[in-house]
Amino acid sequence: MRREGRPALIAYLTAGDPSLERTVSLVAALEEGGADLIELGVPFSDPIADGPVIQRACRRALQAGATLPRILETAFRIRSRSQIPLLLFSYLNPVLRYGFEAAARDAAAAGVDGFLLTDLSVEEAGDYTAALRRAGLDTVFLAAPTSTDERLRLVAQHSSGFVYLVSRTGVTGEREALSEQVGRLVARLRAITALPLAVGFGISRPEQAAAAARLADGVVVGSAFVRIIEQAHESADLETRLRRFARELKQAMTG
Amino acid sequence: MLTSLPDARGHFGPYGGRFVPETLMAPLEELEKAYFEARRDPVFQAELRTLLQEYAGRPTPLYFARRLSESLGGAKIYFKREDLLHTGAHKINNCLGQILLARRMGKRRIIAETGAGQHGVATATVAALFGMECVIYMGAEDMERQRLNVFRMRLLGAHVVGVNSGSRTLKDAISEAMRDWVTNVADTYYLLGSALGAHPYPVMVRDFQSVIGEETHQQILAKEGRLPDAVFACVGGGSNAIGIFHRFLAEPGVQLIGVEAGGRGPLLGEHAARFSGGAPGVLHGAYSYLLQDEYGQVAPTHSVSAGLDYALVGPEHAWLRDQGRAEYVAVGDREALEAARLLARSEGLIAALESAHAVAEAVRRAPGASGQIFIVNLSGRGDKDIDIYRQHFPELDEDPYQPPL
Repeated sequence: MRREGRPALIAYLTAGDPSLERTVSLVAALEEGGADLIELGVPFSDPIADGPVIQRACRRALQAGATLPRILETAFRIRSRSQIPLLLFSYLNPVLRYGFEAAARDAAAAGVDGFLLTDLSVEEAGDYTAALRRAGLDTVFLAAPTSTDERLRLVAQHSSGFVYLVSRTGVTGEREALSEQVGRLVARLRAITALPLAVGFGISRPEQAAAAARLADGVVVGSAFVRIIEQAHESADLETRLRRFARELKQAMTG
Repeated sequence: MLTSLPDARGHFGPYGGRFVPETLMAPLEELEKAYFEARRDPVFQAELRTLLQEYAGRPTPLYFARRLSESLGGAKIYFKREDLLHTGAHKINNCLGQILLARRMGKRRIIAETGAGQHGVATATVAALFGMECVIYMGAEDMERQRLNVFRMRLLGAHVVGVNSGSRTLKDAISEAMRDWVTNVADTYYLLGSALGAHPYPVMVRDFQSVIGEETHQQILAKEGRLPDAVFACVGGGSNAIGIFHRFLAEPGVQLIGVEAGGRGPLLGEHAARFSGGAPGVLHGAYSYLLQDEYGQVAPTHSVSAGLDYALVGPEHAWLRDQGRAEYVAVGDREALEAARLLARSEGLIAALESAHAVAEAVRRAPGASGQIFIVNLSGRGDKDIDIYRQHFPELDEDPYQPPL
């Protein structure tokens, strides 16, 4: 993740918002702006870990007909023109319904690199992790400020690719400042695992991204991108705005 | 053994478990530990018993409905009168247990979800009783339909927060309560109202509601000298049903019948009959039968009764159904309304719409069941539903009767 010591910018967007066709060009814009990894959100009807911005994106994407099979087709189209790592970011039920084996097989065939399911705890993840590993996919799990050391060890054991640190107790969304809880959580995890660490939840501004990049190997920005998509989805310069914002974040992180 | 479940991780067979974001996992472990300690603590149990008796009004009577039974010409029908409890339904049993636990855990802020408002009112009540801050999440559409209960909660000192996301009903209120909990988990206790959610909620709520079945078991033996042939209860999340069923699980001669909301018909979106119309899935922390579309998106639901209008059934019910230990049927809006009218006129009891679903199934089966004993859990009273009854029986707004003067 941290290539030549440079922290990675991880960009989240909800697939299918405003349409699956547009998702392909939005991902390209994010990559041009300097994103190193894309979290492709698979929308769910009841996104309990998300704040209002991503809740609304889920709703728009579902209304536009975004389903897991169609998102896998979209991933394939992205992969046919880019090698940027793709992580499917969702909740358990859409993947459970598709079937773990089938989801792992079809996602691998589409060029997806891994999954993160926010409401799947490591305790319940046995079959899922086995199916994804057999297909050569990464399983990224969340670590939280509330996690005990015992739990952090379990999270690290079940994770591959990287571990996703939730910067604060709460849901996704933009916040005023980077939580002071992050530094401690990073230190606790560094003592447990050699996996790269990405920090997300609440990072929306270049100065916050820069602060997070000093601590972790990757920085996730989601709601701030999704808000731009919400505001400018009817505009032809949406791609330009995403590219520009990604570049600002990246410059702050590496500057 | 059916009665020894769940396992250490909260599974009833394959159902239940703990499916929440990592931020909530350690707090759920802490809640589980605190609950199992409290369950073994005689001081905790004695305080709960006293509150149930002196504040809530337990034990509730087991009432023989002579006129209704005779008019149906079959089974003897008894009602377990949870409708007589303070706040009007069985919900208070669970709320008293959980508020004692919240206090024991040092929490000062209580949050809860509510559909029609019964659980919200019961939670606001116990929060007032213990002097705690209370926030109730309620779908904006439900707030519109249940304005009186919104006011009741506010009179009790609670904040009622309208939820405008999703379908603006119970499902969205639970989602929003979980978002509050994940944000404020350090000082906040989530007082979940049904046998749903992540472990330990389904087992904890079942334990707090099991007092219903414990009393019923003693009362029917005292009155009839034998156990009933069948026990009926409505099933939304399923807390009143698991509460009355649990004492009878190990009694194979007692048929257990759960009644879901058949709504307006069998099309997806028109009902809340999870067993006939759903498939196993995960919502709000638990794995159980779920109304969902082919892509795993949670389906909209409908019932005239807000308390049964939810897409997931409590996980222990899924297990009892798979084992064949309990039977689950669906009763539609119209049958439930008619059963409520019948009960009002034959016994002078106005049931909550939820409970009326269970009454309807007992009424359907009673004729021809001579010599049998049926017990129906009358889980709540119908005061909250008067406006809905009125909408559905417009003919009662006019009365052509001329007094013989």
